[in-house]
Amino acid sequence: MVNENLVKDVVKEPYKYGFVTDIETEKIEKGLNEDIIKLISQKKEEPKFLLDFRLKAFKKWQKMKEPDWAALGYKKIDYQDIIYYSAPKQKEKLSSLDEVDPKLLETFDKLGIPLTEQKKLTNVAVDAVFDSVSIATTFREELAEHGVIFCSISEAVKNHADLIEKYLGTVVPTSDNYFAALNSAVFSDGSFVYIPKGVTCPMDLSSYFRINSGDSGQFERTLIIAEESSSVSYLEGCTAPMFDTNTLHAAVVELIALDDASIKYSTVQNWYAGDEEGIGGIFNFVTKRGKCLGKRSKISWSQVETGSAITWKYPSCLLLGEESVGEFYSVALTNNLQQADTGTKMIHIGPKTKSTIVSKGISAGNSKNSYRGLVKMGTKATGSRNYSQCDSMLIGDQASANTFPYIKSQQPNSEIEHEASTCRISEDQLFYLQSRGIEFEEAVSMMVSGFCRDVFNQLPMEFAAEADKLLALKLEGSVG
Amino acid sequence: MKESDPILEVENLSASTDNLPILKGVSLTVYPGEIHAIMGRNGCGKSTLSKIIAGHPSYNITNGYIKFLGENINSLEPEERSQSGIFLGFQYPIEIPGVSNLEFLRVSTNARRKFLNKEELDTFDFEELVKEKLEIVKMDHAFLSRSVNQGFSGGEKKRNEILQMALLEPKIAILDETDSGLDIDALRIVASGIKKISNAQTGIILITHYQRLLDEIKPNYVHVMSDGQIIKTGESDLALELEEKGYEWTDNFIKET
Repeated sequence: MVNENLVKDVVKEPYKYGFVTDIETEKIEKGLNEDIIKLISQKKEEPKFLLDFRLKAFKKWQKMKEPDWAALGYKKIDYQDIIYYSAPKQKEKLSSLDEVDPKLLETFDKLGIPLTEQKKLTNVAVDAVFDSVSIATTFREELAEHGVIFCSISEAVKNHADLIEKYLGTVVPTSDNYFAALNSAVFSDGSFVYIPKGVTCPMDLSSYFRINSGDSGQFERTLIIAEESSSVSYLEGCTAPMFDTNTLHAAVVELIALDDASIKYSTVQNWYAGDEEGIGGIFNFVTKRGKCLGKRSKISWSQVETGSAITWKYPSCLLLGEESVGEFYSVALTNNLQQADTGTKMIHIGPKTKSTIVSKGISAGNSKNSYRGLVKMGTKATGSRNYSQCDSMLIGDQASANTFPYIKSQQPNSEIEHEASTCRISEDQLFYLQSRGIEFEEAVSMMVSGFCRDVFNQLPMEFAAEADKLLALKLEGSVG
Repeated sequence: MKESDPILEVENLSASTDNLPILKGVSLTVYPGEIHAIMGRNGCGKSTLSKIIAGHPSYNITNGYIKFLGENINSLEPEERSQSGIFLGFQYPIEIPGVSNLEFLRVSTNARRKFLNKEELDTFDFEELVKEKLEIVKMDHAFLSRSVNQGFSGGEKKRNEILQMALLEPKIAILDETDSGLDIDALRIVASGIKKISNAQTGIILITHYQRLLDEIKPNYVHVMSDGQIIKTGESDLALELEEKGYEWTDNFIKET
């Protein structure tokens, strides 16, 4: 069919963020052993409890096996061939943004995340992470006035060690899974957020993760704590240069919501996905989990996953508090030879807990896109409810979509609903739009964003626009 | 001799899909202000002819040409044809989940306006325009906030087609069985809508099985199609005769030719 080929052309898209910043970096030698971990900890001047945390995780990791249950195929990762710490060289202590290397500022400018006082985004506080370290965090003073702590996790270790010691690893234990254990042993930087009791965070908080080095992995760690009756909206963005080797990204994100607190965590992931032949790209193995500890607490994940060669990611909610709420809204777009195995886990522990899952998978090219989800009702989860909706859209005839919903219920007095559908952009739909004067590319992108509407509606406004643009971009190309 | 140039000239057009010939030498010329009706059994090629004029990619033109305002459009994309003023009212309007009807209508209208060097309309200005056009087809404003044709009844879908025609102000409109599935009231609304939109500068081709639409909109010419050809052309009374005698009567024409 003529249009089949056109669709294939349309989903080809050049990666805009593939540039490398030429900057002097401090890297440690390749490989992973106890000495390397001690070195990372020492470089970051960490307290003993954290070094112990790392070493314990490393011991566990060594005994663990890399998981192979996901519907993913990739060459075995050589964990001794990775650099575990890489940081741009700059002065020891920065007192202000003026001391940040202009090349770094320029990099974030190019990515659309200006950091300088004059140019910074007005309504969002940004923590910019470059390879293994956090470069700058904006609006800190303004946030501090409200008692909100927003800084790099390394700084939090120094200035708020009590909170770190109390909460780190309480949602994702060091032995949770292979990649979480690895992260716990070697994590370099990431963001820390603390919202005090009763405070509604006055602006959105955002982290931007940039991988620059080709041979170092990125292992960031994010911890967000929302005290009683507080709320925060947190955004995360990611890009990386184009290399023909694969770069490992294994992050851990932990969220904790106490009584009546709410955390909204949104991601637009656009790591480099590899080229059309599947050469290069980020291996993204991420553990994200939120703990609704308090009564009536709420954690909401929304994600737009468009990048990475491999995505292995299941943002989950542990619903402990009575009447707590978990949500997962996801759009995953795969193209060329990308593979994504993503979904969520909703673990209902407390009574009257509620969860909603809306997943939209779009597969184009020769890609493979799987939804994998678990809904579990524990013995005490009486009166709890789950609603899941998993829709797949196929573009072209070479892509594949799978849905693996797992349901476990130990509580007869609970409800679980699951709906799934698969559709294809039909030639008739395209012709209909075209016969109304709408260009082919725009017709495809209109239908794709229409398909994702339920999820986009959940994103913070600036992000929704960005996500729409990003999908359109991914679907842009020369029409036959 | 006609005073003005034709809007549409279909000349000896043959076309096939999957190597199966569907049209076998169709010729049809439409001048400004004219209304043509095409009738014929299901499968005779009426709908195919309309889709080919609109540029459907599934059909290959194997012989002949289509000229629109004097230009050969055989190789134009469907969107280019629409932008330049060809409108196809679908027999079965397509549902597009998730795409808001309002946004669809706006993008579509702006594509045509851009071609005409008219200013493109933002959401607010477009709302004004569409409100006015909704009157023509007596549609409720609520239709705009729904997904394109999704969950619309048969009659609502057809009215949505006429609404699009009203917004796009085409030079020629080919309406493929717009009357089918309509009750009498809806038929009147649609017919009066078509009449309001058309004028002395536009051409209309009505593809229909029924006299009742032609009672509302009187055609200048009636063509009868069979097996991919126009086998008889007459004036509006031909439709009446056809209604009375049935398509079997036209089988004789095939024998004659």
